[in-house]
Amino acid sequence: MADAAFSAGRAEIARGRFEAIRPCLADPKVVIGGGFIALLVVLAIFAPWIAPKDPLEQDVILGATPPAWMAGAEPGHWLGTDDLGRDVLSRVIYGARVALTVAFVAASLAAALGSALGLVAGWRRGWVDALVSRAVEIWMAFPPVLLSILLVAVVGAGVGSVIAAIAIIDWTRFCRVVRAETINQASSDYVTAARAVGFSRTRILMREIFPNVLPVLIALVSLEMGIAVIVEAILSFVGLSVSSDTPTWGGMIAQGRQLVHESAWILIAPLTMLFLTVLAFNLLGEGLRRALDPALQR
Amino acid sequence: MSKPVLAVHGLSAVSARDRAPILHDVKLIVNRGETRGLMGESGAGKSMIGKAILGVLPRPVRVTAGQIRFEGQDLLTMPGPSLRRLVGERIALIPQDPMTALNPGRRIEGQLTDGLRLWRGLDRNAARKIALKLMEEVHIRDPERVLASYPHELSGGMRQRVLIAAAFALEPKLIVADEPTTALDVTVQKQILRLVRAMQRAHGTAVLFITHDLGVIAQICDDVTLLFDGRVVEEGPTAEMFERPRHAYTQALLDACPRYDRPRAALRAVPAEVIARLRAEAASAP
Amino acid sequence: MSRDLLVARDIRVAFGGGRRLFAGPAPRVDALKGVSIRIARRETVGVVGESGSGKTTLGRVLLRLVEPDAGSVEFDGQDITRLSQAAMRPLRRRMQPIFQDPLACLNPRRTILSIATEPMLFHRVAASRAEADAKARAIFDRFSLPAACLGRYPHELSGGQRQRVGIARAALLQPDFLLADEIVSGLDVSTQAQALNLIAGLTRDLGLSMAFISHDLSVIRAICDRVYVLRLGEIVEEGPCDAVFAAPAHDYTRALIDSIPLPTVTPDWLRRTSAAEVTA
Repeated sequence: MADAAFSAGRAEIARGRFEAIRPCLADPKVVIGGGFIALLVVLAIFAPWIAPKDPLEQDVILGATPPAWMAGAEPGHWLGTDDLGRDVLSRVIYGARVALTVAFVAASLAAALGSALGLVAGWRRGWVDALVSRAVEIWMAFPPVLLSILLVAVVGAGVGSVIAAIAIIDWTRFCRVVRAETINQASSDYVTAARAVGFSRTRILMREIFPNVLPVLIALVSLEMGIAVIVEAILSFVGLSVSSDTPTWGGMIAQGRQLVHESAWILIAPLTMLFLTVLAFNLLGEGLRRALDPALQR
Repeated sequence: MSKPVLAVHGLSAVSARDRAPILHDVKLIVNRGETRGLMGESGAGKSMIGKAILGVLPRPVRVTAGQIRFEGQDLLTMPGPSLRRLVGERIALIPQDPMTALNPGRRIEGQLTDGLRLWRGLDRNAARKIALKLMEEVHIRDPERVLASYPHELSGGMRQRVLIAAAFALEPKLIVADEPTTALDVTVQKQILRLVRAMQRAHGTAVLFITHDLGVIAQICDDVTLLFDGRVVEEGPTAEMFERPRHAYTQALLDACPRYDRPRAALRAVPAEVIARLRAEAASAP
Repeated sequence: MSRDLLVARDIRVAFGGGRRLFAGPAPRVDALKGVSIRIARRETVGVVGESGSGKTTLGRVLLRLVEPDAGSVEFDGQDITRLSQAAMRPLRRRMQPIFQDPLACLNPRRTILSIATEPMLFHRVAASRAEADAKARAIFDRFSLPAACLGRYPHELSGGQRQRVGIARAALLQPDFLLADEIVSGLDVSTQAQALNLIAGLTRDLGLSMAFISHDLSVIRAICDRVYVLRLGEIVEEGPCDAVFAAPAHDYTRALIDSIPLPTVTPDWLRRTSAAEVTA
């Protein structure tokens, strides 16, 4: 008898958890933004099978042919070719690989580093907080893009350097927000109640406070991914990202810029993808922020 | 027989969002120079009535029937600009929370003289003179310093005195006091209540005193109207209602009040049957 | 075994007062200036004071949620003032707080069941999840809380239900001492009566001691045996409720009592001024 009541109770809780996630899926921003990113992930993973041509294959004879709906197009090149005869569509699809890799890894690293420091600083306060806060303030005084260019120029180009540069610079953003939210939650009565039960400080931080900081963090991660994509594009525009063979949107924009009058599509295609991707990350972040918090504070 | 300053008849309001009734057929009269208490538990709708009178109902709330007659004119049918003028000049509010009711970014003098300068057209010096006089009336000892201060530099009781001074500044005919002492310490509360009573007598103002505190109602209000769920349950002179309540709900509320002059005794929450009866009465009413 | 469960001696707590980098010393607030109170077994003691009296700080010092700058706290004969966190842990089960704001004191991301059962499992008051669940259901039943509450989140319950959950959570640990900090302030008269009856019944049935902090003397009279009157960090009067209310010795106590409006029309109440009111 007790078992039946017990499992009924457990089932109630499982339902309760699902109820908490549902608002996320109902929010149009989350669906649209998240849907686009999911699509992009699929494109990136299955690029070798989806992309019509080899992105590196050059064919000078077919250089700078326009996209399929314009006169003079070559069959099989839906978005035309660039001046070296490489298929623009394929390069855009492969470009998603670099963009998403940088976005996910760099944002996660920045988030992990920033949150860890932010949680500890906000919970312990005292000299730990003073130290971390000063570090953040000093760090944020540097202009981020210039700093990342400097870092990559010194360390050497490559995806790894780009990711490291973004993570090293942007952790401060997470640190500030997480610290503020931690301090806010720490002053709540439910934390006092947990202390009164006798839970250890670490347990309170990880099991009581952190889950309440998570929504803000998740939204910020999504926004950070959008920022990472742009930073990578800037760095590859400047030529400090991956080698010039590997297709990147920034690199394509740099090339396309020089031919914008005659072959505008070489510029427009990657630019549009960049724009849509960042927009999608922003929408997702906004939607998650709204959906995760008010659901529990209504 | 006094002439009513405020006469509310048949006031009904609903929430536009879910059609839930907020007020139903509320009747309320405040006579000149008298204090009427508007009493009820949270959610009874007493604050809503205050807001309806001042014309500041929150957007989802809509009045569906009734009149609010102030000095003969129906406030609900008045056009916007005339309503604002009338309310600005002749009706004043003493708000609940002195912390948030004052603009933290402005000095007291400015906030106190806003109404005087807007509706009486006074210049800065003339308004300031009146402000100083009001400071004296509310027993603020250092009026010059207070006028030059920012709200966060004053105590809660001091802020409430400033708000009371602001309320009486334009010599209104009616003051709506919305839980003005709830946020204050009890010793400060008594001082403030005494002050409101004194100012009221001096200026001949009528007061609609909204609160859930039965003790405050008993000591400061001549008449009282009791609300439950947006409906009037009982009304009448305070002494009569508190000593010989006609409705079981009134009696139940009085029984639930802890009293320091009675030794330790079990308090009786409002019995479920009384609530049930109230709901039944509400359902059967037109 | 002494009669007193909790004894606080000469507690001093001050906030601020540190040095700032480029300014002078930070302003120092003396919240408690040498306060001593004792709470016997099975006794309900009231602590009354207005804002700035230090009553909330005192409550937290009793539970060692705030460290006193001076003075000692003794629980069940043992000096707990300087115990380590680890040594305090088993004692914490025996002294539990109940808070004023029922929404803020419940973790918004945990289900009610989790909030109620985690502490029990932590302190091994219940040996298994099943036992913890059963105990939770039993007490919820006793408090007239529907079993459906258990699967919900705090924001989905009404204010009165949350209040009872807060009390249930504390009671489930089978403590010896409860600290109730302004738990009925801001409640409707009817909800207040329910909550007070609930807590009075609980302390009586389980033989608990309780420190009841409030600014409302009428509420204190309703459920406390003894009362301490706190003003600006000092105790100005103490004694059995009946005695203190019948014949208050200190001016401030008299002013406090006088300032309470009773729900009986008393024409001269407003005019009456006690000597201490002018200086209060």
